[in-house]
Amino acid sequence: MYRKERKFQIVCNGIMTAVTVVTLLPLILLFISSFTENTDITLYGYSFFPKHLSLSAYAYIWKERMQIFRAYFVTVFVTAVGTVTGLFLSILYAYALSRPHFPGKKFFSFYVLFTMLFNGGLVPTYIMYTRYLHLKNTVAALIIPSLLMNAFHVLLIRSYFQNNVPQSLIEAAKIDGASEFAVVWKVVVPVSKPIIATIGLFIGVAYWNDWMNGLYYVTDVKLYSIQQILNNMLKNIEYLSKNASSMGKSTSLAGTLPAATVRMAIAVIGLLPILVIYPMVQKYFVKGIALGAVKE
Amino acid sequence: MKTKQTQIRNYWPIYVMLLPGFLYLLINNYIPMAGIIIAFKNVDFAKGILRSDWAGFANFEYLFKTPDAFRITRNTLLYNFTFIAVNLVIGVLLAILLSEIRNRMAVKVYQTVILLPYMISIVIVSYLSYAFLASDTGLINGIRTSLGQSKISWYTTEAYWPVILVVVNCWKNVGYGAIVYLASILGIDRTLYEAAAVDGISKLQSIRYITLPMIRPTVITMVLLNVGRIFYSDFGLFYQVPMNSGALLNVTNTIDTYVYRGLITLGDIGMSSAAGVYQSIVGFVLILLANWLTRRYSAENALF
Repeated sequence: MYRKERKFQIVCNGIMTAVTVVTLLPLILLFISSFTENTDITLYGYSFFPKHLSLSAYAYIWKERMQIFRAYFVTVFVTAVGTVTGLFLSILYAYALSRPHFPGKKFFSFYVLFTMLFNGGLVPTYIMYTRYLHLKNTVAALIIPSLLMNAFHVLLIRSYFQNNVPQSLIEAAKIDGASEFAVVWKVVVPVSKPIIATIGLFIGVAYWNDWMNGLYYVTDVKLYSIQQILNNMLKNIEYLSKNASSMGKSTSLAGTLPAATVRMAIAVIGLLPILVIYPMVQKYFVKGIALGAVKE
Repeated sequence: MKTKQTQIRNYWPIYVMLLPGFLYLLINNYIPMAGIIIAFKNVDFAKGILRSDWAGFANFEYLFKTPDAFRITRNTLLYNFTFIAVNLVIGVLLAILLSEIRNRMAVKVYQTVILLPYMISIVIVSYLSYAFLASDTGLINGIRTSLGQSKISWYTTEAYWPVILVVVNCWKNVGYGAIVYLASILGIDRTLYEAAAVDGISKLQSIRYITLPMIRPTVITMVLLNVGRIFYSDFGLFYQVPMNSGALLNVTNTIDTYVYRGLITLGDIGMSSAAGVYQSIVGFVLILLANWLTRRYSAENALF
């Protein structure tokens, strides 16, 4: 029996190790490519075992650091402001909905829920933000559209408040003379740190990874985020491959498209914060995902 | 006796808290909902949207006369069904494996790694797939050349893309489902397994007769949740990963990429808003339907 169990454990671990390796392979290729001599890629293609290792891609980025730093700053700024504002809106709305009764509670619950069921789609949204609110080429265009507040997050926070914050705690604070606002920041938020961390991380990753707002609303290079720089280089690869026949054109354009290794190095830089922070906080993600499945 | 007014006055802090979120959803969600009238208009920005002439259903007639309407619907539905099936089977398998492994440290590592791709932006995923698929420098063609096989022009050959997109989607999203199912398995009462072991039931039998039936509600919920969104596609996956390749449109164009191309590349507001409204309305009906079914199977997991 014992021996059988050990064999079973080895098989399970073996399969999972294989799955883990396969999952990581593309990322390993990304890392290795960024440390490869560029001529190796043009001559022999991407490889796990390049003939020459080199730091030239990173040296090039360091030389051109102003553009990358600026994009990094845009990404960090947008992520920070978006996450804090988004959490603020969501927590307040969720707390209000978690109150046992107030006139209009049903309406406000439905108001947030309905946004999960129906939406106007890209065309009206795009026209409103560009033609009427004039968000095009502003930093607000990277923060406000679609990402700031998500109905699903509001409902998750609300049910956490309802199930995990004792009513007596809130009532006691009120008897002591705390205002409704003081109750939120001094009583409810401190005892709800796990859900706030989880939702904050979800919002943060969404902002960090966002390239769609940039694609729709930003053409000004000064406002490019890391993801948008990556996206533009991707477009240039497409353009080059589509116009490969007209050689004259493509060689002049090739100057604006950084070498393959540099592109991979920029991708590494864009990915690095996720790779560093995510494993440290993965338990919050796991909890949040499990929570979402139980109550959605 | 309190009148309604004094009640509302007493609750004013609640309304102040609701206000910012209320305004945001008004702008980001509700005004664009009203904007679906664009699909029924001949939009002329000189006149403004409200004063533009009504077009009736002309935009829709035009859309459904093109072969695109059928193609984008077919692609959206078929890919989503395949994603649901593949991610379900592999996700449950991974969850069962993870739940059986005794070494907690190892489980944590596996779990962290399989969820990692979920955290990566689809733009970076496109770089990864390009490294594998580029026709001159890609890893796969490199291996093919060294084996004496001819290179494949991946980005211009339709036939491979249904498989590539399913693989990429699975790589990116299967971890999410696995963690949901794992949470569900860990919630099963351990004494059931102990009792089964006493009765001499094998591991495979206990998976078949205890684990799978016990996670059925979670599986149904997850599937219905995804079925409710089956008319929506992952724009980045279908636009970025195939590198917006025109040669692949037949198998990569979905409703979302069609709306985007119509609006931005072609500037055809009528056609692209008609496709958007088509998506919103059918999507709405499907979500209601999925929710109705969820309520029948596991009421506590229904959205409303």
